[in-house]
Amino acid sequence: MLHTCVKNSPSHKVNAGTLNEGPNSVDFRPMKLSGLEPLVITPESNFVNVGERTNVAGSRQFLRLIKEGRFDEAVEIARHQVEGGAQIIDVNMDDGLIDGKEAMVKYLNLLMAEPDIARVPVMIDSSKWEILEAGLRVVQGKCVVNSISLKEGEDEFTRQAKLIRRYGAAVIVMAFDEKGQADTYDRRIEIAKRSYDILVEKVGFPPEDIIFDLNVFPVATGMEEHRKNAVDFIEATRWVRQNLPHASVSGGVSNISFSFRGNNTVREAMHSVFLYHAIKAGMNMGIVNPTLLEVYDDIPKDLLEYVEDVILDRRDDATERLLDFAERVVGKSRQNQKDLSWRQLPLQDRITRALVKGIDEYIEVDVEEARQQATKPIEVIEGYLMNGMNVVGDLFGSGKMFLPQVVKSARVMKKAVAYLTPFIEASKEASQRGKAGKILMATVKGDVHDIGKNIVSVVLACNNYEIIDLGVMVPPEKIIQQAREHQVDVVGLSGLITPSLDEMVFLAKEMERQQFRVPLLIGGATTSKAHTAVKIDPEYMSAVVHVNDASRAVTVVGDLLQKERSDAYKKGIKTEYADFREKFLERGRKKEYIPLGEARKNKLKLAWDSAVIEEPKMPGRHVLTEVDLGLLRPFIDWTPFFRSWDLHGKYPDILKDRVVGEQASSLFADAQRMLDKLIRARGLQAKAVFGLFPANSVDDDDIEVYLDSEPEPAVFRTLRQQSKKKVGVPHLALADFIAPKTTGIRDYIGCFCVTAGFGTDTWVRKYEKDLDDYSAIMVKALADRLAEAFAEYLHREVRTKYWGYANGETFSNDELIREKYRGIRPAPGYPACPDHLEKKTLWDILEVEDVIGVKLTESLAMYPAASVSGYYFAHPESRYFGLGKITADQLEDFARRKGISLEEARKWLSPNLAEE
Amino acid sequence: MAKLEDILQERILVLDGAMGTMLQQYRFGESDFRGDRFTDWPHPLQGNNDLLSLTQPQAIREIHTKYFEAGADIVETNTFSATSVAMADYHLEAYVAEMNRESARIAREVADEFTAREPHKPRFVAGSIGPTNKTASMSPDVNDPGFRAISFETLRLAYYEQASALLEGGADILLVETIFDTLNAKAALFAIEELREEKGIPIPVMISGTITDASGRTLSGQTAESFLISVSHIPFLSVGFNCALGAKQLVPHLQVLSARTDYPVSAHPNAGLPNAFGEYDQSPAEMASQIREYLEKGLVNIVGGCCGSTPEHIRAIADMVKEYKPRKCSIPA
Repeated sequence: MLHTCVKNSPSHKVNAGTLNEGPNSVDFRPMKLSGLEPLVITPESNFVNVGERTNVAGSRQFLRLIKEGRFDEAVEIARHQVEGGAQIIDVNMDDGLIDGKEAMVKYLNLLMAEPDIARVPVMIDSSKWEILEAGLRVVQGKCVVNSISLKEGEDEFTRQAKLIRRYGAAVIVMAFDEKGQADTYDRRIEIAKRSYDILVEKVGFPPEDIIFDLNVFPVATGMEEHRKNAVDFIEATRWVRQNLPHASVSGGVSNISFSFRGNNTVREAMHSVFLYHAIKAGMNMGIVNPTLLEVYDDIPKDLLEYVEDVILDRRDDATERLLDFAERVVGKSRQNQKDLSWRQLPLQDRITRALVKGIDEYIEVDVEEARQQATKPIEVIEGYLMNGMNVVGDLFGSGKMFLPQVVKSARVMKKAVAYLTPFIEASKEASQRGKAGKILMATVKGDVHDIGKNIVSVVLACNNYEIIDLGVMVPPEKIIQQAREHQVDVVGLSGLITPSLDEMVFLAKEMERQQFRVPLLIGGATTSKAHTAVKIDPEYMSAVVHVNDASRAVTVVGDLLQKERSDAYKKGIKTEYADFREKFLERGRKKEYIPLGEARKNKLKLAWDSAVIEEPKMPGRHVLTEVDLGLLRPFIDWTPFFRSWDLHGKYPDILKDRVVGEQASSLFADAQRMLDKLIRARGLQAKAVFGLFPANSVDDDDIEVYLDSEPEPAVFRTLRQQSKKKVGVPHLALADFIAPKTTGIRDYIGCFCVTAGFGTDTWVRKYEKDLDDYSAIMVKALADRLAEAFAEYLHREVRTKYWGYANGETFSNDELIREKYRGIRPAPGYPACPDHLEKKTLWDILEVEDVIGVKLTESLAMYPAASVSGYYFAHPESRYFGLGKITADQLEDFARRKGISLEEARKWLSPNLAEE
Repeated sequence: MAKLEDILQERILVLDGAMGTMLQQYRFGESDFRGDRFTDWPHPLQGNNDLLSLTQPQAIREIHTKYFEAGADIVETNTFSATSVAMADYHLEAYVAEMNRESARIAREVADEFTAREPHKPRFVAGSIGPTNKTASMSPDVNDPGFRAISFETLRLAYYEQASALLEGGADILLVETIFDTLNAKAALFAIEELREEKGIPIPVMISGTITDASGRTLSGQTAESFLISVSHIPFLSVGFNCALGAKQLVPHLQVLSARTDYPVSAHPNAGLPNAFGEYDQSPAEMASQIREYLEKGLVNIVGGCCGSTPEHIRAIADMVKEYKPRKCSIPA
């Protein structure tokens, strides 16, 4: 299965790789890194692409796999990265709910055991020194440490640099010092120069092993001070490359387009334009998601102009213009601006629309209308306007609005509030009201990331809250003292790096100790609802709310401070987080199991005397070769195909999806073209072997298969569910679907293996040779789909023809996918029968390898990979189920039945063993 | 006395040959290995060659003498396995420091005798630091690829103990050799850097990896160039390859090193590949003729022998290198 979508490496897309105006190549000392193979970076090298998907902060999928301990699958992500052209792999385990050091070591050890992954150098990425050092101790090649900085002062910087040198690694230095993170041109070069001088002169660090991360910050956020973020980075890059000999420059490119999350067309263009200019200035390395990168020359001229205006800060209205364009790109069907039909809508809808669209032309008229209808002017804010802002919050939260739009919404809100304020002040009840509330905002000690915090502050300020912004790296005692002094209503804490999470926990404890009762808001990139619920909430008696976007902050603060609802809301939040915590912690909690003997007593007892068994019309073994791929095409289930390219959604709806629809459609079109080509060229060979044999279940869990050619029956060992169930729910094993021998009734079972994988390698090699990874991956993905389609097709053939118990069946493909037919085709290695060992028996019975050439590897994977094997059960009651976990008694029993050692059985079944 | 670094610019230095091959000729039994000192040791000791520096020092001394007589400039101490990690098999961890110190002292004495006799050809002692019997970046269990039998930290401490005792005993050079797993070597290099800093003295280090088979990679999977990059973070006297292959098979890998580093390159190959009985039967003349290719191509600055080589092999090599100029190289500051 594929997890990533890789078209081409960035250097193919952004043709500025060797055009940089940096140092000339004669004097330049190359940076040399190594995995199992060398990576030598010279001025002639193209931009070095660092794989970013093995970063818990950058990939939700990776984070989930690590959290769930599914390291084997996590290793596959690294493999895809390398196969997709990543020249270095960035590994980051900084997450509040992971033991980062342990995870780093375990993961790197597993990577090192995979030669096709370990061939590239590793970038060990953490904000904690102990994790960096633990990583350095397990990798033989020359790594890159990501990162160190002067944040903790010169002594610590020097100490770490010296050790990194001694471990034999290159280093990324963040433009960051005791005062904070560099966010201007001057600060960037000041810190880079100082870091460089210390490293080269004091530590003796080779300058060619120094890489500067000059902080890529978002542009087009709608905030004035972010306008020069890209230009400053690019110019600082140029300065570093011209003034700090041999050093490299790197950065995380996707940050630049943070405010356009969800709009990939614009993001891809922004990345590409930014890279184009940054590479020209000398940036030679970076973290880039290749799937989020447009070819510079392919960017439509109008979009290119808008994006370059933003990146290069060429116009005052650059952001507005790009935003307008972005709206057109996302929702092509949206009304044109002169369409005023929305003015006919009911009042609330108009106000909501004005907020969502950021249209301030009519807001005063509408608010006045609302005020006249309300008993108190304040109700207009709490009712109409807050309802509208909730919609904005939901859209933003689901990625359907972008940050600049939210800032525009906030402006409309501010205008509305300003209009209402004189009325509110005039009315008696709100005489002391003035501001809606006082909110303290701070980025916690040790952390300097404040973009998110600043945006939340702006949006809240627009909503009539008074903001006490303490800035960055604020020590807890100062937060508490200031909160007390200003008598704030809410304390908002922000942080981006992992250690900030601990800092927030500490602050919650301290506030509790000092008997604060002010609600706490938690936000920032590494924070999560899980961390807030599990680690922070229990430490503080009052409400703690995780808020990760600006518009949501407005509603949450509103609810927290609204007098009538406040207590109920806080109580609700407390309960919600307690529930969440309990569920989260319960994940790992032990389930209850019953002994195997009891499970067997509670097996599914089907009524065998009623004549449900059908004798196969064409028993024995059958072989199909040269199956026409065109025949299989209609049986393809496309949904998993999109999933394999990281596009989530059901086919065909996904083609019309607002966010990914465009990308899904173009991918689908490419897939159809490739499929046409494969079918025309007979590029893949589809083959199948299958058989229908007499069988009975014996001793509860085994299935004996009677073959003409063998005196002794072949035996499939099935496994039985053991987790405790409600009374009346049976404990299933596949053997339950076959008549027991003791009934004296002859039953039947089928087995099959299909493949569509022969020929894949040739195509893949051909495309790889052309550096066309996109097509290479496409072929593999399609071969997988064709194999599945073949299995579906063959099952239908078996039901209607070979076995023939369902010869009247007519189901559509959709119904086939939804498995509406009678009978099942479970596959060894899948939930009903997770034990792969039975494949050996299957291979023996069908002589799979001799007949169609599909092999089993040592770990019992099928080769070619685009193959499917399994059993056929025909009983109308047979159904798919998940085995779940089994206990030691079944493991022993299985080993004994199978005639293998306990250790071997444990090895194969370990994912299914309940912890003892 | 001329400095090692200077001599390297002038001529090709000759390293000694195998220690184990020579010790086999003594046919030492269990009681010989035990000597007087370990008669009651509760564990078998036969085969623990490094222990012979304590129990049969005269044999070690004789072997060093033979190699110097044959023309070697540098002999290696009898300490290939003298780390607490490798000695754990014999439960002799407590004697590791002493073994290293004594081994270095014996070699030092012999070297000094020769230098006194032939001042124009000073002799040097290289403290041999082997790979141990465990690998830090590979799992010994095929079913558990994430498992590691030893950690970097354990190796670092073991190597620190060995390296510091070798220097105390009088070694001029530390030779980190037969590197199967670069991570083990990096632990050794880390320990040596710590020693350098603590003692405030320069310690010349020779680094020698092992390409295990025709794949052209180390056991831990690195190519020759990758290996070079992975150990280049500390200043070294030379880098090279030894063991596993014969002189002929090493040529392409030495070419990589020679092209990629400005610093001296060393080679001490085996005397050919083992025959069906696991014995090395390449003659001195044959080995020398294969090594001649290194010299013709200007690939090396230091050359010697590993498994199967004897003083006769070294003599043949030493006689031959006199005719050649050393490979051009710069010397680490």
